[in-house]
Amino acid sequence: MIPEQPKYKTADEVDFVIIGSGAAGGILAKELSGNGFRVVVLEQGPYLTEKDFVHDEIKVLNQDLLTNHPKLQPNTFRKTPDEKAKPQRALVYGRLVGGTSVHFTANFWRFHEIDFTEHTRFGPAAGAAMADWPITYADLEPYYTKVEWEIGVSGLAGASPFDPPRSKPYPMPPLPVKSGGVLFERAARKLGWHPFPAPMAILSQPRPGRSACINCGFCLGFGCEVGAKSSSLATAIRMAEKTGRCEIRPNSYVHRIELDSNGRATGAVYFDEKRNVQRQKAKAVIVSANGAETPRLLLLSSSKQFPNGLANSSGMVGKHLMLNSGAIATGVFEHPLNDYKGFSVSRVLHDFYELDPEKFGFRGGGGLDARFDITPIGFALGSLPPEAPRWGKAFKDVLSHNFPRTVEIFCHGTSLPVENNSFSLDPDLKDAWGLPALRMTYKDHPDDLKLCTWLSARATELLDAAGVQKMWAPPVQEQQFAVHLLGTCRMGNDPKTSIINSDHQTHDVKNLFLCDGSSLVTSGRGQPTMTIEALAFRAADRITALSKRGDLSA
Amino acid sequence: MKNTFTRREILSQGLAGMSAAWLSANWPAMLAAAGHARQAAKSAAPAKFEFFSPEQAAEVDAISARIIPTTDTPGAHEAGVVFFIDRALVTFAKANQKLYAEGLPVLRARVREMFPGTEKFSAATPEQQDQVLESLDEQSAAGRTRPFRRRPAAQSFFETIRVDTISGFLIDPDSDRRGNRDGVGWKVIGRDREHMFQPPFGFYDKDYPGWQPNPPAADKTKS
Repeated sequence: MIPEQPKYKTADEVDFVIIGSGAAGGILAKELSGNGFRVVVLEQGPYLTEKDFVHDEIKVLNQDLLTNHPKLQPNTFRKTPDEKAKPQRALVYGRLVGGTSVHFTANFWRFHEIDFTEHTRFGPAAGAAMADWPITYADLEPYYTKVEWEIGVSGLAGASPFDPPRSKPYPMPPLPVKSGGVLFERAARKLGWHPFPAPMAILSQPRPGRSACINCGFCLGFGCEVGAKSSSLATAIRMAEKTGRCEIRPNSYVHRIELDSNGRATGAVYFDEKRNVQRQKAKAVIVSANGAETPRLLLLSSSKQFPNGLANSSGMVGKHLMLNSGAIATGVFEHPLNDYKGFSVSRVLHDFYELDPEKFGFRGGGGLDARFDITPIGFALGSLPPEAPRWGKAFKDVLSHNFPRTVEIFCHGTSLPVENNSFSLDPDLKDAWGLPALRMTYKDHPDDLKLCTWLSARATELLDAAGVQKMWAPPVQEQQFAVHLLGTCRMGNDPKTSIINSDHQTHDVKNLFLCDGSSLVTSGRGQPTMTIEALAFRAADRITALSKRGDLSA
Repeated sequence: MKNTFTRREILSQGLAGMSAAWLSANWPAMLAAAGHARQAAKSAAPAKFEFFSPEQAAEVDAISARIIPTTDTPGAHEAGVVFFIDRALVTFAKANQKLYAEGLPVLRARVREMFPGTEKFSAATPEQQDQVLESLDEQSAAGRTRPFRRRPAAQSFFETIRVDTISGFLIDPDSDRRGNRDGVGWKVIGRDREHMFQPPFGFYDKDYPGWQPNPPAADKTKS
């Protein structure tokens, strides 16, 4: 059931129009409407609620119930700018109210101090456009705490000796440990490492209107039918609606931000559900459409004033795309783990978060976790050992033996910012609305591949120490598929090399703000959503202050 | 069903008015009730094909029964995979109608060619059936990827029916796709039918003594 909310007229100039209702957009909507502003959130996807969140793998995964649809929104891919991009599904994101936070795994690591200051600490890296953030971990710390308490994160403060300082413990204890987590914890300790309970944006205790996790096992890729996953849908959007000042308008596909003759944004132009063009007027525009769609919207909004794309005087819109690097090692154990029960991850380690580049010969760092995030059909089609039979009795035997006995060690790592890695507009391919499709250009920095190869060896070392009976780890390969969409409108003090300042305000347009994965200057070590949400809380404070000072008026 | 709340009805109609504690305390009962009600409704449904002729259905049933054979545990036949594929072809997999319509005669021709005198796949011995399917299986194990990251392309007739059989065997039995009848597919792979679990979950967390703090790390940077 969709809660009551105001209905603003498109000609009614609201205080803010927010484009996108995901991790960042949801929080900005909650905070700004809570601060007394009139807000319209334009979401390109539908407004689904808990009753729509089924466990049917065909409907949810194959038919893209919750995600961007490859037929309606095709895209192209190439490795380098000198290649012609070919049509190929290259990215997935949540396309519904709540965005990707509805279907994510919900790993909620904070970034560490090093993620903000790596450039100064270690200097430039060949082939990468390293930069420090214009803010530090200390600036963001109160907002990380806000995410944990207001949105709902379970975890154990102080359990990891590598954790950055925090002002408050977690609001609720960690989720229960899974068998894969126990094996991970014992093996890691044997190796002298420091495993800890995974911080997860999933409730271990009920909150008003939301159940604690019931361990159903349909988590990654699925929406939570009991509201235990702390998506924007289950949290911030609901709180925004309660203010009575925020309208969530689904099925509204924004394709242009318009400016007046003074170079100020006047609102957003979008296709409604019937593909009629509408114009929502607003005093200020905030784009939180994700690290792919935010730069695309700016590029689609080119004009006489901004021939290369809105707010793109630097030419950097869409560049420095970072996906986070990764590797997987899979293990099969003697006894049933039944890790299909519950959320995906119960134990993590951060011993390799900061690796000395002098010693290791590559930049970056990462974390390891024990996970089972695969539902039955997906497991049968993609999670058996490479040489396993694909049908017949032998297939059935290995499938039924392995399903309850399998756990994956997932390595998460940095992606270094490379200018050529980008989202841009494809010159030929169009989407179902006739708009230029997304073109992804991506080739992992050599250090990212070295890091992942090194982390993958730690994963197999860990499985070995855990007493695994069978394991395999595919060789690390260059990525061609994006889940994390980061860095494409990076934050910085210099208008020549960045798109937004530390207030998330574009350098070029005073009343245009960007806040989502595109704002990130570095990729962290693999789990960006916590930082995206902390940035959104902070951005809301900054934008409120600017607005109250009158800085957003002409 | 009338007087039984399903979990979705509870969520859609009354979530806001209910205390979270009450909700949490009552989930198990509600889920069990909802599951049973759905199952009862489903068992009563007549087995009717929407796309296949009875003859085609017999062939598809026989093929699926070699992909996931009946052994000491149920296989694709017992899971009603042919009903799943039949419904798939009039719902989400309409695009594959042609593939099946054209693939079945090709399969039949292959049977006649390899085993003269045998008129159809379902009339061949299990060993002969396996040989026919092996001759159609062009894909190697290489190139398999995790489906969430990149979906395997199902193009050939054999690969399509292989993926459809596995899907029909393992689909959520409480969905309306007619597959995984009585949850037998999940039983075979060791997945409980329920959608709500309590720890301990498996063998290794059974005797977990509880969290013990880590010793401090010597240095934050590994050197």
